[in-house]
Amino acid sequence: MLLIHCPYCAMERPEIEFRHAGEAHVARAPDPSQLDDETWAEFLYFRSNPKGVHAERWRHVHGCGRFFNALRDTVSDRLLVTYKAGEVRPELPPQEHSR
Amino acid sequence: MQYSFLNLVRQGLSGHQDWPAQWRSPEPKTAYDVVVVGAGGHGLATAYYLAKEHGITNVAVLEKGWLGGGNTGRNTTIIRSNYLWEESEAIYEHALRLWETLSRELNYNVMYSPRGVMMLAHNVHDVQVFKRHVHANRLAGIDNEWLSPEEAKAFCPPLNISRQLRYPVLGGALQRRGGVARHDAVAWGYARGADRLGVDIIQNCEVTGIRRDINGAVEGVETTRGTIKAKKVGVVAAGHTSVLMAMASLRMPIESFPLQALVSEPIKPVLPCVVMSNSIHAYISQSDKGELVIGAGTDVYTSYSQTGGLHITTHTLEAIAELFPTFRRLRMMRNWGGIVDVTPDRSPIIGTTPVPGLFVNCGWGTGGFKATPGSGHVFAATIARGEPHPIAAPFSLERFVTGRLIDEAAAAAVAH
Amino acid sequence: MSAGAFRTATGGRIDRTHTLRFTFDGRPLQGCAGDTLASALLANGRHLVGRSFKYHRPRGIVTSGSEEPNALVTVVRDGGRTTPNLRATQVELYDGLTAISQNRWPSLTRDLGAINDKLSLMFPAGFYYKTFMGPRFLPENWAWTKVFEPAIRRAAGLGRAPTSADPDRYASRYAHCDVLVAGAGPAGLAAALAAAEAGARVIVADEQSEMGGSLLSASRGAINGVPTAQCAADALAQLAGHARVRLLPRTTVFGYFAQNMAGLAERISDHDPSPDPEGPRERLWQVRARHVVIATGAIERPLVFSNNDRPGIMLAGAALTYLNRYGVTPGQRAVIAGSHDGIYAAALDLAGVGVEVAAVLDTRADPQSAAMAAALDAGLPIRTGTCIVGSRGHLRVSEIMIGAPMADGSIRDAGRIPCDCLLMSGGWTPSVHLFSQSRGKLRFDAAAGVFLPGVSAQSETSAGACGGASGLAAVIESGAAAGRTAAQACGFGLGRARAYRVEGILEATEATGHVNAPRLPQGMAKAFVDFQNDVTSRDLELAAREGFRSIEHIKRYTTTGMATDQGKTSNMNALALVSGTLNTTVPDVGLTTFRQPYTPVTFGTLAGMARGDLFDPIRRTSIDGWAQGKGAAFEDVGTWKRAWYFPRAKEDMHAAVARECRTVRAAVGVFDASTLGKIEVVGPDAAEFLERMYVNAFKALKPGRCRYGILLNEAGFVIDDGVIARLAQDRFHVTTTTGGAASVLNMMEDYLQTEWPDLQVWLTSTTEQWAVIAVQGPRARDVIAPLVDGADVGGEALPHMSVCEAKVAGVPARLFRVSFTGELGFEINVPVGAGRSVWEAVAARVEDAGGCAYGTEAMHVLRAEKGYIIVGQETDGTVIPEDLGLGWAIGKSKADFVGRRSLVRPDMIRTDRKQLVGLLTRGRDVLLDDGAQVTSVAAPAKGTAALGHVTSSYHSSVLGKSIALALVRGGRGLMGQRLHVPMPKGAVEVEVVSPVFYDPKGEKLNG
Repeated sequence: MLLIHCPYCAMERPEIEFRHAGEAHVARAPDPSQLDDETWAEFLYFRSNPKGVHAERWRHVHGCGRFFNALRDTVSDRLLVTYKAGEVRPELPPQEHSR
Repeated sequence: MQYSFLNLVRQGLSGHQDWPAQWRSPEPKTAYDVVVVGAGGHGLATAYYLAKEHGITNVAVLEKGWLGGGNTGRNTTIIRSNYLWEESEAIYEHALRLWETLSRELNYNVMYSPRGVMMLAHNVHDVQVFKRHVHANRLAGIDNEWLSPEEAKAFCPPLNISRQLRYPVLGGALQRRGGVARHDAVAWGYARGADRLGVDIIQNCEVTGIRRDINGAVEGVETTRGTIKAKKVGVVAAGHTSVLMAMASLRMPIESFPLQALVSEPIKPVLPCVVMSNSIHAYISQSDKGELVIGAGTDVYTSYSQTGGLHITTHTLEAIAELFPTFRRLRMMRNWGGIVDVTPDRSPIIGTTPVPGLFVNCGWGTGGFKATPGSGHVFAATIARGEPHPIAAPFSLERFVTGRLIDEAAAAAVAH
Repeated sequence: MSAGAFRTATGGRIDRTHTLRFTFDGRPLQGCAGDTLASALLANGRHLVGRSFKYHRPRGIVTSGSEEPNALVTVVRDGGRTTPNLRATQVELYDGLTAISQNRWPSLTRDLGAINDKLSLMFPAGFYYKTFMGPRFLPENWAWTKVFEPAIRRAAGLGRAPTSADPDRYASRYAHCDVLVAGAGPAGLAAALAAAEAGARVIVADEQSEMGGSLLSASRGAINGVPTAQCAADALAQLAGHARVRLLPRTTVFGYFAQNMAGLAERISDHDPSPDPEGPRERLWQVRARHVVIATGAIERPLVFSNNDRPGIMLAGAALTYLNRYGVTPGQRAVIAGSHDGIYAAALDLAGVGVEVAAVLDTRADPQSAAMAAALDAGLPIRTGTCIVGSRGHLRVSEIMIGAPMADGSIRDAGRIPCDCLLMSGGWTPSVHLFSQSRGKLRFDAAAGVFLPGVSAQSETSAGACGGASGLAAVIESGAAAGRTAAQACGFGLGRARAYRVEGILEATEATGHVNAPRLPQGMAKAFVDFQNDVTSRDLELAAREGFRSIEHIKRYTTTGMATDQGKTSNMNALALVSGTLNTTVPDVGLTTFRQPYTPVTFGTLAGMARGDLFDPIRRTSIDGWAQGKGAAFEDVGTWKRAWYFPRAKEDMHAAVARECRTVRAAVGVFDASTLGKIEVVGPDAAEFLERMYVNAFKALKPGRCRYGILLNEAGFVIDDGVIARLAQDRFHVTTTTGGAASVLNMMEDYLQTEWPDLQVWLTSTTEQWAVIAVQGPRARDVIAPLVDGADVGGEALPHMSVCEAKVAGVPARLFRVSFTGELGFEINVPVGAGRSVWEAVAARVEDAGGCAYGTEAMHVLRAEKGYIIVGQETDGTVIPEDLGLGWAIGKSKADFVGRRSLVRPDMIRTDRKQLVGLLTRGRDVLLDDGAQVTSVAAPAKGTAALGHVTSSYHSSVLGKSIALALVRGGRGLMGQRLHVPMPKGAVEVEVVSPVFYDPKGEKLNG
């Protein structure tokens, strides 16, 4: 069970308080009707699914209820950093990249 | 040397000194007609059928670890074909028919054991969904029958059908031809079969890049053991599909999740069939060795770690202990994890890609083992002909653009 | 008598004055308080306790701990409390204990299964892959499934599962600490003391009943002048005195998970002859530690030689433990052999209590050590440069064959030594299991020939023998240092370092000892590597010969390391043998992944308290008690219990539902709709928000009016529906399906927080706040009107699809004029606290009006008569609004809403999509199955594609016929046509009709 730092509550809580919400920074287009089928499918279904640092969303569903973002290493499952929704993806120190 | 009782006796008398290696360990050649990436069951089956059915023997199967070491050797080996949609019925039934003759086909006893797969219904919605499956399967000529709770108990005596259960068993859908097989034997049998037909199986050879020519078409792969040229490359890498396809600049509609399983200590035979409960997440059978083989649900987050949380295991055992209260004192002997590649509609992707010469077979999620022979068979045909085999055609990447999904998961979703 | 002929007169930690009676295979025996079942059996001279898995070889007790591969027994208790496959070395003796041996028939001494041993030439590793595929003249797989597999299965397995349900309770706890110490041997105790003295909160767990580990087995030596066993007691007393320390004996740290979470299994009552039935049997601990000290010691390895598995052959370290801790001697005439100094300490101690030491055999040509010198001084018969090549005996070893390794690799016969026990030591393997589970990288120490902890992945320290420390002084030092490091890692000061002065120790537990595997002479004899699974050195050679190179392959092919001990005593021997056969190094062959659990963990312990009603929370409405009082049948919907139907005397479900339906249509019915999801959507942008979420238009909806809302996912498929009421310009009352309540709110929050954070909207789940009482039927208004205060419920003031606030039965309510039956209907929302009383007031009037309460089944029938859909029944995640004939609901002028873009994807605009229709059977009473398929012909060939399927099917008592809803390809264009529904007893002809069977003009909505 992971231990996740909620950036809104500013505390680390066990994974079962949270709900995973998929890849982060997959923004919905302001006007989807302008998109062709391929681009829309890309938004709906296609994901980066990296082996390594993954930007993902969590919701503190059994806490403050807020959605936030996290960078997690999908090889070790280690959570590297969490940040609030709307914030840009933080740069990691170089050693985190090389992991 | 053929595997047979006679040869076993002969070898027994001479100390089993003369059994040959089941497959060679060749050095990779510089070029092949086809390179298959991934020596799991699906990849090895692909190579086998390329050689056997299409006469394409100049084939290499590249494996970053040891063959059969991924999901093939980590799953709970459930085999069934009673899926809902016609497209799914076609491919899983195709596979099931191949299972029925696979041991002799490969001259390797894969221990296919059609002991029956029973899926339990715990609420009115389950009952409606499973009955729909039964009717759909009957029309397709696939055996699947509805059992009352009492009939379910007669088929599986340790099952608890008390109405006092939190989610009582309201019945079950039984596919008698469904069952289990020995997972390692499937990988080894296909490996030996492919090897005997001339296929090179190259282990400890990780693909690090996909080479493309100036027109964008595939011309080979970079590996930890050098460059290997091939005009056709088939990626059959399960949980690592996204990583490999990214080497050809392709994004995939796939996410990789940890899936855990566990076994108990071996006990004398007590569970005669496979029992599945999607509603409360319990999947159980008993191996020929006597271990209870139990599958859990996936963790909620994507991962390549091949481990998962303890709470996933405990959740599964809660369900097992309720359905089988006589198993409560038995003990978990070993727990492990695999990486499953999950698509948005829980159906696989088999076919061509936007990159000429690059083929992909992935997205089998939590249930790929059962499809192994069928998957390899239709994927081999797809690679050989350069166009999808009719059974594979509906499982194209294109469906995510048109919206023609084959959604097995949503069909079982619960509301109201 | 001190409970056993092989009991020493004095010494050990057992209580000779407290005799315990027990039986083994029905034979009455006696032991002492403090015994394990294994030590008590040995005290009675019983070495034979089990049979091996494959060859049914007689087997004895090999170890004294949890690594035991052979001595598995079933402990019989009352009813469902029998437990198979327990290690006799871990079973604590209690008065009246009943144990039986396993995997033998008819008896342990005469086991017919031993025929397998004679036929073993036919059963090499993986033999089953090579045969059982014929005979050719039989159908494929016939003989396998009918003959061979059943025979294999009958032979497989060890103990038997209980035949009745386990009545015991299991507990579960979460805990946090600064330092978790796994293992309370010398290293663990020193670590725990150091950490506790630095101020850390410490949990110490040890799998044994008594903490102290190897200190309890030592016969000599002192620490700071205090005898070793006393040191353990002193350390434990000091730890127990620390308020911040929790000691957990009988507790195995079985798993090491991400972010320093450990799983611990505590055995609470199995050692108790009459445990409290209300108390737990075992407890699962999930401990989150800031730092973990792994102090799990090392495990001694057996020697690999022909017939190394006879009862009477045990590990030297185990013999020391039995002698010094339990006062038990392994026999009268012992041979002690190995490649390790530990053999000398064992020999000296055994000789000291009068056991005849026939020989001490050291495979090393020229060992030099204090231990050996002491043994020489004591006059023990030592032979160096000598190995064991075989053994004789049947149910007990009787003779050892020895040999001398020659320079050319051959072995010269060096004679025989009669004995009744052989104590062996092939060296010690550090227990790196937990370190490896923590995802730390192991490194191979070529000099020592063992794997040791390398780079850490989490905050942990391996201390003592499991970290490679050698000798008691070093073990304690590393433990103390680890404890200080751990405290420091948690932010505490280093604290004062204790000084430990170790003297007089001979016991050696160095992590050394290359595997001594002499080349075996040709012949029939078997040299076992994995005892329980009967994997021999020949099996490993065969696997290598057949091309298996990786230990993962070899493990799977031969099953070595896959028994209940998971290879604790065998893995290193297997690796060494295989690397020798392949002429490569141990790391090249690889190491199998260490997986949890360290030792097996009871299912019940992992399941904990989640059983019966606690398996999953039960949600009940405020009206539930009333329904129970009326004898309602309930159905599970999600976690809710919903009243399904209300049977009256002698009514079955069909009759009750028919009556309820007729009553609603003819008079009035009352229905508990409280489980419907409810979300309060508030804020200046509430209407805008709902317009973006739902397909419908909401901006134009006037306060006081309601709209039927349809929710899609972004893929365009219907996932929920419900009535949405506008209470005020900035306030909506949204209802969802029962099952969709949580996910719809989650989805709304997702869009609101992450896609449209600029919208000023607040969402609140009010599902649990409102009790919902639906009153439906032509007399609905008559029923409620006298109860309503402050609102006009007349048709003009409160038309269909409107809402008002009023008092109902004196309680403030939101009163909806809505219908899910097609009748005049109201839904009264009152605070749940008043739900029951308002319900009773309404129900009494309903009764007076000739009405009744109805359940979910009648609700389903009534809505189906009207063609109203149920999400999850008419939809299956692949259905868009147009398929359901609900295209009208889509706000045509809206630029966007969730799922809109997907509705114009190529597959959504096909004209042959499946559409919702009604089906009528020719025979009015023929009821179609739910999920039955629809075809164009009566007798479709196998593989015929279906046109669609039946989504709902009911007998309508009101209409006097069966009705069905179906999704049929191009269905709306097939009205009036005849189709077919294949059923088990033949196809049923159906007519395609409108899905609205009852009151197609909707006149009844107005009463």
